[in-house]
Amino acid sequence: MDKNISANSYPNSWLHRFAVITAVATFLLLGAGGLVTSHEAGMSVPDWPNSYGYNMFLFPPSKWIGGIFYEHTHRLWASVVGLMTTVLAFWLCLKDSRRWMKWLGIAAFLGVVAQGVLGGLRVTLSMDSLGIFHGIVAQSFFALICAIALLTSRFWFRLSASQSPVLVPRGLRSHVLYVTVLIFLQLALGATMRHQHAGLSISDFPLAHGQIWPDTSPASIARYNAERMDVVNQNPITAFQVVLQMIHRLGALLIFLGVAAAAGLSIKRLGIKDYLTKFAFFWLGLILIQVALGIETIWSNKAADIATAHVLVGALSLVTGSLWCIIALARKAPVSATDSSAVFNPQPSLAGAK
Amino acid sequence: MLFLAAGLAASTGSRAADITGVISFKGTPPPEKEIVPLENDPTCGALHTEKPFTHFYAVGPNGELADVIVSLNVTGKSTGAAAAPAILDQKGCLYVPTILAVQTGQKIIVKNSDPCIHNVHTVSKNGNDPHNDAQMAGGPDLNYTFDKPEDFMKFQCDVHPWMFAWVTIEDSPYFAVSGKDGTFTIKDVPPGKYTVTASHRKLGTETLDVEVKDADVKIDFPAFEVK
Repeated sequence: MDKNISANSYPNSWLHRFAVITAVATFLLLGAGGLVTSHEAGMSVPDWPNSYGYNMFLFPPSKWIGGIFYEHTHRLWASVVGLMTTVLAFWLCLKDSRRWMKWLGIAAFLGVVAQGVLGGLRVTLSMDSLGIFHGIVAQSFFALICAIALLTSRFWFRLSASQSPVLVPRGLRSHVLYVTVLIFLQLALGATMRHQHAGLSISDFPLAHGQIWPDTSPASIARYNAERMDVVNQNPITAFQVVLQMIHRLGALLIFLGVAAAAGLSIKRLGIKDYLTKFAFFWLGLILIQVALGIETIWSNKAADIATAHVLVGALSLVTGSLWCIIALARKAPVSATDSSAVFNPQPSLAGAK
Repeated sequence: MLFLAAGLAASTGSRAADITGVISFKGTPPPEKEIVPLENDPTCGALHTEKPFTHFYAVGPNGELADVIVSLNVTGKSTGAAAAPAILDQKGCLYVPTILAVQTGQKIIVKNSDPCIHNVHTVSKNGNDPHNDAQMAGGPDLNYTFDKPEDFMKFQCDVHPWMFAWVTIEDSPYFAVSGKDGTFTIKDVPPGKYTVTASHRKLGTETLDVEVKDADVKIDFPAFEVK
C-alpha cells in the first residue's frame, strides 16, 4: 500500500520508542491541562510567556500556590512536550524515508507550536472561547502523536509489507470511522461545556433537574441558578448549557451503542481471535469506563480528579478509534509481493541496523 | 421677608428626596456551604479561626435580605469621576465585600491584605475591558474604573477559585445596597417618576414604579423567594 516504504524507513526502533514516549508525555500533558480547567485555574497566572513577571523557567516554586501550581506545571510540561515534538519532527524529517511521514512530523511540530500560542493567547486575551479550541487541538494533537507512534512501529511495517489473512470490510471500517468522528464531536462538546466555566448545568443523573428532559424556561433556569450553591466560582448556567449537557448525554449513549456494534461486527466479520476484534473490545471497555466516569463527574459535583479522568479516557477513546481505522485501512490493501520484498525485510538482523 | 418666602418656596419645589425601604426574603434559603478548599489551603486556612461558609443568601432572623442592589432607571447621570473610590479587599482569601455597587467612571481600589499572591480577574458580560492582574502579598493596590453599566460583573481570583466578588456598575448615583437589616436608602433623588429595581445575584429582580415629589418616599418590594 505504501510505495514510499523502504529499508531506510525501518527498523528504527529508537525513533519509534521516542514517538511512544512523546505520546505518553502528551497524554500526561492532557491530564495536566485537564486539571487546570477542572480546578478553574486557567487564568491564575495572568501573564504569558512569563509567570508573574518571572521567566517561566525561573518562577520560584514557593509561589506555585493554589491554582498557580496547576497552570504553571502545565506550562512547564507543555514546554517539555514542545521540545520532544520538535525533536520527533526533526528525526522524522532526517531519518524516515516516507515523504508523508516527514509531513506528519512537520504537522506535529506546527500543531504543538499552534497549541502553545493558543494556550498563551487564551490567557493574554482572556478569551474562554480560545480555551475550547485549546482543548480540541489538544485531543487532535494527541491522536496525531499516537498515529506517528503507530506508523513508526515494527507492527506497522509488518502490516504494510504482508498480505493480511482477513481484510476488513468497508462497512465495518466506515462504521468505526463514523463512531470515531462522533467521539471527536463528543470531545469537542465536552470541551465547550468545560470552558463555559459554569460547573454542572445539570447536577443530577439519570434524571435531569428531576425530569427526563429538563425544563429550560427562563423561570426554571432562574430557579436552578438560585438553588446552586457552588463553593468554587461558577458562571450562572443558561438554557443553552443545559441543552448542551443533554446532547452530551445522548451522544454518550450513541457512542456506546456504536462501539458495542463495532465490537459485535468485528467478531462477526473478523473472528474473535483477530487483534482488531480484541482492539474493538478494548475500545468498548474504555467507553464503559468513560460512561462511568461521566456519571461520577455528575454525582461528585464535578470533582476535579474525576472530571480530568473523564477527559483522559475520552482522549484514549478517540485514539483507539483512530488507530483502529488506520490499521483497518492498511489491511484493506496490502502491498504487492514485489513491493513487499523491496520495502521491508522482517529479518531480525535489520532490526538493529539503525 | 418676601424674598425669603420666595426662596423657600423655590427650594421646596425642587427639593431632592430619599427613597427608602426594606428588602426581605420569604421562606427558607438554601443552606450555605462550607468552603472546604479554603480550609484545606495551608496559607488561606491558617487565616481563619472559624469555618468559612459561602454567603449567597445574607438573610437576617426576620427575613431581612442584604446584598440587594436597588437602583433607579436613570442613565447618563454618573458622577463617578468625582465620587470617593470604592474599596474591595482580599482578606482571609475572600473578597470583602462580595457585593458592591459603583458608578461608571468611579475608581475601585482593590487591596490585598493577605500574605499570599492573588490575581484580580474581572469577567465582563457587557463590554467592559477585562482585566487579569497579579497582586503579590504586600503589593500595591490595584485601581480599576469601568465605563459601561453592568449588573454583577465578576471579580475572581483564579489562584483561589472560591474567591469572588460581584460588582454592579450604575450610570448614575441613584442606587444603594441593602444592609444586614435589609434597609436601603437612595439619597437625593430629584422629583420625577422612576422605576426602581431591586436585584439579587441569585434571586433575580423585582421592580416598582415610584413618583418622587417633595418628600421622602418609602417603598416596599414584595419579598424575594426561591421560586
